[in-house]
Amino acid sequence: MATATAPRTADDEAYQRTFDAAVAADERIEPRDWMPDAYRATLVRQIAQHAHSEIIGMQPEANWITRAPSLRRKAILMAKVQDEAGHGLYLYSAAETLGVGRDELLDKLHSGRQKYSSIFNYPTLTWADVGAIGWLVDGAAITNQVPLCRCSYGPYARAMVRVCKEESFHQRQGYELLLALSRGTPGQHAMAQDAVDRWWWPSLMMFGPPDDESAHSAQSTAWKIKRHSNDELRQRFVDICVPQAKSLGLTLPDPDLRWNEERGHHDFGPIDWTEFKEVIKGNGPCNEERITQRRRAHDEGAWVREAAAAHAAKHSGTAAAHTGGRTEKEVGQA
Amino acid sequence: MTNTDWPLWEVFVRSRRGLSHTHAGSLHAPDAEFALRNARDLYTRRGEGVSIWVVPSSAVTASSPDEKDPFFEPSADKPYRHPTFYEIPEGVQHL
Repeated sequence: MATATAPRTADDEAYQRTFDAAVAADERIEPRDWMPDAYRATLVRQIAQHAHSEIIGMQPEANWITRAPSLRRKAILMAKVQDEAGHGLYLYSAAETLGVGRDELLDKLHSGRQKYSSIFNYPTLTWADVGAIGWLVDGAAITNQVPLCRCSYGPYARAMVRVCKEESFHQRQGYELLLALSRGTPGQHAMAQDAVDRWWWPSLMMFGPPDDESAHSAQSTAWKIKRHSNDELRQRFVDICVPQAKSLGLTLPDPDLRWNEERGHHDFGPIDWTEFKEVIKGNGPCNEERITQRRRAHDEGAWVREAAAAHAAKHSGTAAAHTGGRTEKEVGQA
Repeated sequence: MTNTDWPLWEVFVRSRRGLSHTHAGSLHAPDAEFALRNARDLYTRRGEGVSIWVVPSSAVTASSPDEKDPFFEPSADKPYRHPTFYEIPEGVQHL
């Protein structure tokens, strides 16, 4: 990354003007364009955190793959967890276009120097949690991510388009799962309600701190990385969820939740930000477990990476000739 | 050994017959064979493609990112290359 201390030259000023004009005109910034160091650093932080969230997010749900109640649900859950891995890879690739390495990003995740969404530090206690995660956690993620498809940084925006297309299945399978439980036995209904009760507030926290306390919001908005404020997106999510909960036959655990005719939105109760801050600090129910599991998966996969690289080195001559032939054939058809 | 020792590959996917391969994204893989398999898992989980190309990113030569670069200048001042440049009387058809 460029040194932040270098004095600005006339060239820098000109580059800055070109960058500002592109952002103002709603054009996309691409990897090889000049960009302010702080813009680059902000994107690396945000995209890395987003990528980490995707792969850490595989854990709470993967816990239930072996215990899914039917083959249908099991196949769905495996496809969903595989998607989360894919989303992580799209995002790591986007981060890498900014000049950071994959191993560097994983190192920072493993050592706690980069964060992931605090939502994944909550446990999945019952099968209904898989449904609540799909409906609420993925629902909140979609609300956050749809505007990111228009983010000023091209590779991030393109990754988000792909992610959003796939998230829709995640949300719908969760909703359908909860609906089946809600309409099932009284015990199943209670299980669904319990999961929604536990996931509702953490899902609202996913939108980040209130606007007046959000550290990065103003600058990110000016750079058009962020298109809507945290509170605006949170309100949008609440308004979407209320009728969906009604159709599920479940309630949302907020006595203050009611329609406000004047505002044209639902009012909702105060969020416990103390809990949010504690979980971010590392004191959530599963922080330790998630990172330990991630490190273990990485370490235990080392031999696979090494074997693949050794195989590639051993066959580099013949493999190149082999695939070269095939590519040529393909090109001939293009 | 870490992933950085695995080269970066650019992935191009033909979504269906009759269309050209389009850049889908990039990934790390130790060799072309793995790159193809990883690309299949990463970019065609929902039937998004019928054919994939993988190209080592290091093999790509790119023009300068600046759109105002003199490199593209020859095409900028030749509006007569576009059909809309020409005025055709009202009523003339099939032109």
